[in-house]
Amino acid sequence: MQKAPSKGGRRLRREINYHIMALPGLAWLILFNIVPMTGIVMAFQEYIPSLGIIRSPWIGLENFRYLFSMSEFKRVISNTLIISIAKLLLNVVVPLTFALLLNEISNIKYKKTVQTIVYLPHFLSWVILASIMLNVFGYKGIVNAFTGLFGAEPLIWFSEESCFRQLVIGTDVWKEFGFNAVIYLAALTGINPNLYEAAAIDGCSKLKSVWHITLPSISSTIVLLAVLGLGNVLNAGFDQVFNLYNPMVYSTGDILDTFVYRMGLINVQFSLATTVGLFKSAISFFLIILSYTLAYKFADYKVF
Amino acid sequence: MVRSKTLGSRIFNVCNYIVMGILALSCLYPLWYAFCLSVSSKTAANSGLVTVVPVGFNFSSYQEIMKDWRFFNSFGISVQRTLLGTVVTLFALVLLAYPLSKTKREYSLRGIVMWVVIFCMVFNGGTIPWYIVMVKYYNLMDSIWGLVLSGGLPVFNLILIVNFFRSLPRDLEEAAVIDGATEWGILFRIVIPCSIPVLATIVLFTSVGHWNEFFQGLVLTSGEAHYPLQTYIKQMVVNIQTTNLTTDQLQKLDQLSNKSLDAAKVFIAMIPMLVVYPFLQKYFVNGIMLGAVKE
Repeated sequence: MQKAPSKGGRRLRREINYHIMALPGLAWLILFNIVPMTGIVMAFQEYIPSLGIIRSPWIGLENFRYLFSMSEFKRVISNTLIISIAKLLLNVVVPLTFALLLNEISNIKYKKTVQTIVYLPHFLSWVILASIMLNVFGYKGIVNAFTGLFGAEPLIWFSEESCFRQLVIGTDVWKEFGFNAVIYLAALTGINPNLYEAAAIDGCSKLKSVWHITLPSISSTIVLLAVLGLGNVLNAGFDQVFNLYNPMVYSTGDILDTFVYRMGLINVQFSLATTVGLFKSAISFFLIILSYTLAYKFADYKVF
Repeated sequence: MVRSKTLGSRIFNVCNYIVMGILALSCLYPLWYAFCLSVSSKTAANSGLVTVVPVGFNFSSYQEIMKDWRFFNSFGISVQRTLLGTVVTLFALVLLAYPLSKTKREYSLRGIVMWVVIFCMVFNGGTIPWYIVMVKYYNLMDSIWGLVLSGGLPVFNLILIVNFFRSLPRDLEEAAVIDGATEWGILFRIVIPCSIPVLATIVLFTSVGHWNEFFQGLVLTSGEAHYPLQTYIKQMVVNIQTTNLTTDQLQKLDQLSNKSLDAAKVFIAMIPMLVVYPFLQKYFVNGIMLGAVKE
């Protein structure tokens, strides 16, 4: 507020409708986005539920020290990175390849039908899909029926340490490839068809024109999506892993978010779980800023 | 069309059509599979005989669901939450986005509010502080408002709307100001009608997000009677034991369950999504183009 009340008062009166409009959204933002963040101080406390956040004793960096000495924590970090980086790469490569191949289909009706159907899994929740996947890859599922033809022993696939990560990555790529391809398909329609004709006249093969015309034309889109994915490197997909994993695959499948959930809400070690959360949020914070900066630099993309 | 196709390109085309077809079928399969299981006999479903067609066709699973009041209770909670959540979100987003789309001269708090919004976009407090605040300080256990509000204001969608409002031509509003319209009149008579496509996108993504959400339903409720549908399915159908089980025990568990009944529940939970799918189709491409709508 300014010193001169008349000026401030006049401004308040002039903007009063804007303040009223903003009020519900602002209240929601403060109460449900900002206030929960303040609870992060629990990472530096030994949180005792009966004392609450305000009166719990402070213990400095004790939680961090304990956390970094846990072998489980290192395992969780490496699982998270392996799963999320593989997803990050494949969720660019697979949809891009799919978009390029679909673009070669000359029958418009066929193309549209395929396109319409492949979006579908994106809109189904992991709860629903997991219930189906656990059957499909279950002991009596269709996958075992198929591998059985070659004499393989039936497996409960999502309980096998050696293939859990691959299945998580594969099923995620399968769920999202249609949706992720939308943006590439849109970029492909923006390419001037004269370029292809000119290339064909010059004797350029199909494959070469993809390499020399298509990919360079949509390279900024590819870079943009890859860079924006960077902010998600510590998100390996809680909903998915939580619905698919079980204790038998913790060694390869447990990720940061599932670790936080079990430690905090099942084992009630609130402070330690908050510390893991803070560790994740702090790194993600820098990664998101980095990704926005890169996206702005290389693709001229502005978030706001 | 140029008709100078080599054998190689013809083979490529045939393979391409087949691969695309297989991919499309793989995306339909979960739906079909759930349906097949749900209308198959219990024994056929449990012994893994159902793969691509129903075996022992019957509707007894659906008849059994009719008697399960918990399922319908959860279904009702999800419907209520989705409707309420979508209305509240749209209302709050539009009303906040409009002042934020003004210049700093017109709305003096714009700068500071924008910074707070951006901060919320790049930083997250984590699950546990959120949980403690919701349960201990706000007392939102077993409350429909907990499910509607606890996710916080979707800031990414807010930015989308702000950007869209800002891209509207200013002349429209200036003409209305000269005609004596208030800020409210301009927002509801001019700005909102001009923004239907982006608002429709937000409505669809918000409602799909609320329908599919299961985690808040799990941690902010004390028991089955308060579960939204996805949480119900997670707990009753997907439920993976938290104690260590051997492969043998897991197999036995497999035998005890009623897969046909479970599949019927899953299929019913998918129906609302299938109903809105044609609309989703129409708008979401739009939404992604506006900058990847976050669900």
